[in-house]
Amino acid sequence: MLEYTPDRRPTGGLRLPAHKEASTAQPIARGFVPRTLVLALQQHQGPPTTPVVRRGERVLRGQVVARARALRSAAVHASTSGHVRAIEDRLVPSVHAVHRTRCIVIDADGEDEPLPPGAGSAWPEDPEKQLKSIRDGGIVGLGGGVFPTAEKLGPQTPCKVLIINGVECEPYISCDDMLMREAAAEIVDGALIMRELLAAPECIVAVERDKPQAIEALLEAGRASGDASLRLADIPTIYPTGGERQLVEMLTGEEVPSTHYPSEIGYICQNVGTAFAVHRLVRAGEPLLSRVVTVAGDGIARPQNVETPIGTPIGELIEFCGGYRGDVDRLILGGSMMGYALPNDEMPITKGSNCLIAAARTEVRQDFSERFCIRCGNCGTACPARLLPQELLRAARDNDHALLDEFGLTDCIECGCCDVICPSHIPLTEVFRNAKFAHARYQRQEVFSAETQQRFRRHEERERADVQRGKDLQDQIRHEVETDEPARQQAIEAAIERARQRRSQDTDSE
Amino acid sequence: MLIGTVVLAGLALGLCAVLVLTDRLLPAGRDRVAEQVESLLPRIQCAQCGYPGCRPYAEAIAAGEADINRCPPGGEDTVRRLAEFLGREVVALDTTLGSASMNRVARIDEHNCIGCNRCVPVCPVDAVVGVQQTIHAVIAAHCTGCEICLAHCPVDCIDLIPRDA
Amino acid sequence: MAELMLVIIGAALVNNFVLVQFLGLCPFIGASRRLEGALGMALATGLVLTTASGISYLVDRLLLIPFDVEYLRLLAFILVIGAAVQLTEQMTRKLSPLLHRVLGLYIPLIASNCAVLGVALLNSTANRSLIAALFYGAGAAIGFGLVLALLAGLRERAEFADVPKPFQGHAIAFITAGIMSLAFLGFTGFVRL
Repeated sequence: MLEYTPDRRPTGGLRLPAHKEASTAQPIARGFVPRTLVLALQQHQGPPTTPVVRRGERVLRGQVVARARALRSAAVHASTSGHVRAIEDRLVPSVHAVHRTRCIVIDADGEDEPLPPGAGSAWPEDPEKQLKSIRDGGIVGLGGGVFPTAEKLGPQTPCKVLIINGVECEPYISCDDMLMREAAAEIVDGALIMRELLAAPECIVAVERDKPQAIEALLEAGRASGDASLRLADIPTIYPTGGERQLVEMLTGEEVPSTHYPSEIGYICQNVGTAFAVHRLVRAGEPLLSRVVTVAGDGIARPQNVETPIGTPIGELIEFCGGYRGDVDRLILGGSMMGYALPNDEMPITKGSNCLIAAARTEVRQDFSERFCIRCGNCGTACPARLLPQELLRAARDNDHALLDEFGLTDCIECGCCDVICPSHIPLTEVFRNAKFAHARYQRQEVFSAETQQRFRRHEERERADVQRGKDLQDQIRHEVETDEPARQQAIEAAIERARQRRSQDTDSE
Repeated sequence: MLIGTVVLAGLALGLCAVLVLTDRLLPAGRDRVAEQVESLLPRIQCAQCGYPGCRPYAEAIAAGEADINRCPPGGEDTVRRLAEFLGREVVALDTTLGSASMNRVARIDEHNCIGCNRCVPVCPVDAVVGVQQTIHAVIAAHCTGCEICLAHCPVDCIDLIPRDA
Repeated sequence: MAELMLVIIGAALVNNFVLVQFLGLCPFIGASRRLEGALGMALATGLVLTTASGISYLVDRLLLIPFDVEYLRLLAFILVIGAAVQLTEQMTRKLSPLLHRVLGLYIPLIASNCAVLGVALLNSTANRSLIAALFYGAGAAIGFGLVLALLAGLRERAEFADVPKPFQGHAIAFITAGIMSLAFLGFTGFVRL
């Protein structure tokens, strides 16, 4: 495997304190079995799955509990053995916020009994069936986007480069780093499986320069695999280079148009965790049952990475890590930049949960008093999407939708760089996130209004046509009456004549 | 003195002639103002402005005959946008006109509908379906919440419910 | 040719009508709220300035001086300016009804824009040729448009700024204009006319 350094600098971005030392000090903790599982039916981007178990039923580890019906979907499996307690609506964290969604709740019996060996289907030969196998294996993008992997690997625009994303640039998160250190060979194997599926001529594994152990392990594994198409790119430690669009641009120099996905211009990005999951599915027949979660923050007794069964309640995971410590200000799911605060710790870990931060008071910015914009322009320099946050802020606060479009609100990736760097503590990202909702609503309304206008036009036209038809009919009758006047007179006279004759006949017969 | 008068009068007449000429010669541009004003309105055809639809109201605004605060469903937002577009002052919304809102849709109470068919033809966007003597229904996705049908129902069986509820 | 360029630069920057000679201040403040409106206004005023300076020059040379009635200059020029404004009004109304609506009141007000009359009078006193007079008018128009657009841009931004209450609205616009005027003083001595 060839190691190289891309000669491009990332656009914008920030160097942030990593906060990863505590969680990378010891290996990934394995063998954690929770007491309860809360498995959301929709843990991916796409239509929800359909449950195939009943209340009270015993399920085994690896058993499918909800099947993927749609193409853009991924099955859900029981990650330990137990009994189904209920199928009910619960609050579940998703990509950007907490949602209420249907979940299968399982009481684990602690035996962690797996499905009998050979119950899982073997890896098929046919690419079509391979994709179905990935879908049934419940694999989604584990970097946080939770896009169904089968859909991303499916036949589409020919793939030029498969990018394995091990950048993990956000502070606190270290699950990918630890996985790369401990399972580099498996990740490389998973990457090669995906490369074959995509028929991609090239495969780049991208890792940030501040992970020397991971790079070393990957290089070793790459050499061992003997594949010449593999390359390892070590990239500068700048947040948010790990964003899909930013990474593609960094590695290839091609800017992803805002109207396209990277996959549409021939670049497929897969997280290292996803590559590992694909490897497990193909080589061991094991579906996605667990993921590595970083448990970090000064509010945790033993910060570490834990191989966590999907559906584990967050509280149980924290308990496994020694519980809370000291003065916890808030519980954040995701990294310190793009994560969000959770209302409680009863919610489950989902396929997309990569990091859990129990932040102590000292870790959280306490001064939120917003000052006026002094136009320093730092936000524009820091923006990795080449936007002008200062102008966007003005447009967002003015509710000026035309201007928001012009300044490219929808291209904002909500990375939070402008927020962090703003000397006036303006909550830019929050404003943009809200403005995106308002903007989408505005656009929907515009479409509705245009359609309504059309319908009204047609309604009016039809009404006019109706009136015209009525007039035409009247005219026609009048016309007929007028033209047929002599004939009508004749008919009347003939009738009178007939009546007279009949009367005279009657009188005659009398 | 006389010369001065003559010169000035001649100048004035000459300029008049030029102006009359240019007025005749310049092609009249298509007035797209009404069209653009219409696109700023919510276009739900509720007619609460007193005009029989959004287009006529837009034309009245463009001609300077109507105030810009007569659109209840558009609310203050529309007033503001119209004011900015037309370079007029922002005025408070006339709240006496009605309460049509895009956030509501009509629903027919099926227990009370007598199938009189009066609401069907008056709906500006054909969102009510049904024939004589059968229960009618509203296509919620098409309904604009314009309230026009309410006044035409003899048994008062139409009410407005929040959209997406 | 070089002299004509100097005339333009002199009228546009060095002796800018608004910021140095303080002529035409009403539309400068009145029509600089939004950039689009300001550009429209600049265009309309520019048209009037250029045509009026040309026509009034001709009227002066071919009518007033031969008939020896220079004392009517003011009246005659106002007449010419009125006609030029009317012409502009016709053109905007017919060619761009939208601009006509936005500018509305301000187009007739160009007639009372002292910069227009100022250009015409300065042309006749400075004894320029017709071409130079036209260039002087065009330079004045460019200068007017430039500072109008500049102020409009600044005011659009100032709307978003933390302006103390007593200075909000027109007050901050006047202060901005004053600072711009100071900046334009920097051109003094650049070109001598």
